[in-house]
Amino acid sequence: MIPAPFTYKRAWSVDEALDLAVQNGEEAKFLAGGHSLLPLMKLRLAVPEVLIDIGRLGELSYVRDDDSQILVGALTTYDELARSSLLAGELPLLAHAASRVGDPQIRHRGTIGGSLVHADPAADLPAVVLALDATLIARGPGGSREIGAGEFFRGLFETALQPGELLTEIRIPKPRPASEWSFQKFTKRAIDWAIVGVVVQGGRVALVNMGQTPVRASGVEEALAAGAGTRDAAAHAAEGTSPPTDINADGRYREHLARVLVARALEESAART
Amino acid sequence: MKVTVTVNGSQIEADVPDRTLLVHFLRDVANLTATNVGCDTTSCGACTVLLDGRSVKSCTVLAAQADGRDVVTVEGLADGSGAMHPVQRAFQAEHGLQCGFCTPGMVMAAVSLLDENPSPTEEEVRSALEGNLCRCTGYHNIVRAILSAAPAASERRSS
Repeated sequence: MIPAPFTYKRAWSVDEALDLAVQNGEEAKFLAGGHSLLPLMKLRLAVPEVLIDIGRLGELSYVRDDDSQILVGALTTYDELARSSLLAGELPLLAHAASRVGDPQIRHRGTIGGSLVHADPAADLPAVVLALDATLIARGPGGSREIGAGEFFRGLFETALQPGELLTEIRIPKPRPASEWSFQKFTKRAIDWAIVGVVVQGGRVALVNMGQTPVRASGVEEALAAGAGTRDAAAHAAEGTSPPTDINADGRYREHLARVLVARALEESAART
Repeated sequence: MKVTVTVNGSQIEADVPDRTLLVHFLRDVANLTATNVGCDTTSCGACTVLLDGRSVKSCTVLAAQADGRDVVTVEGLADGSGAMHPVQRAFQAEHGLQCGFCTPGMVMAAVSLLDENPSPTEEEVRSALEGNLCRCTGYHNIVRAILSAAPAASERRSS
């Protein structure tokens, strides 16, 4: 399968990428690692007329310690996240979740920013940044703005980014303690998307593939805050969710999985402290 | 667009359509047909090559993204005298293939793994092959081959 014809343009700086986006309008898309966009283009589910390749912007590839937060460049690959010694100490949840995405070849190419802007509710990292209360930095022709992870995911494959805006950085407050985390991913085969996934960091709980966007399990969080035990809190996991029914599972089975996986996640998180 | 890719040490320069995938560039422009197109959906790993030393699925990389970069295919693994790479020798010795279709991708995934983790456990080898499917299901011998290749692959890298 070959994508529909498009014009390839390569940006050498964020400013040039933004200029190219203005010049080419809404028919242009940014290309990072290409591991969400190119498969869609090969299936002709995405048919952009122009690709703006931002894959060589080294300025967007980093993991940095910034006092009370960790700064992650949008072009950092899953593999780089998984191998980061800074993340291993300060944000082990993110390093571990990145190491569970796809397979080694995919992790060598795919980027955190690409995953977030693609906004697939079955993807892992959107739920991870949601559970970490991250702030996303978008740059556009008018400058930079901050978007909370809770406001970023608007719908199926839909984010708060405006046309021409580029996600440049993810800012994550350091969790204290960093060690209270768990990542549960239920798949049939290793490389599959999660049928349901659960992310826990401290008292925050986010769900993968339980609706049109990644969602916080607020019923669980409230029960935990009120002092409930893990089993009782986990019973609230499916509240307020609208899980899809597809070839892998129906919605009711996903609700069941969410409760089971949240219980496992809370137990694992508690056992780490 | 005009792209120049160093493939197995030789510079290949060609004017190709912007939408050309790296795997087609390798097969149809560089005439290196060992790299197979299997699923064509980033799942099976038959098209795995090294891009700047790291394994990638060449069905999901544009030739334009490889412009100016270094690609190694299974044809480029033998050394100057034609002696096979330790991973290739181990696949032969351990019978790490049946029909052979997945083999070029398996070998390249294994080379990338041993580069990142010179002495993996069996479990680590199996995890590292998550992105490579063998429809003959001949995984046991493939894993055995990679484990047995590890010491010689380390030696070759350090020499």
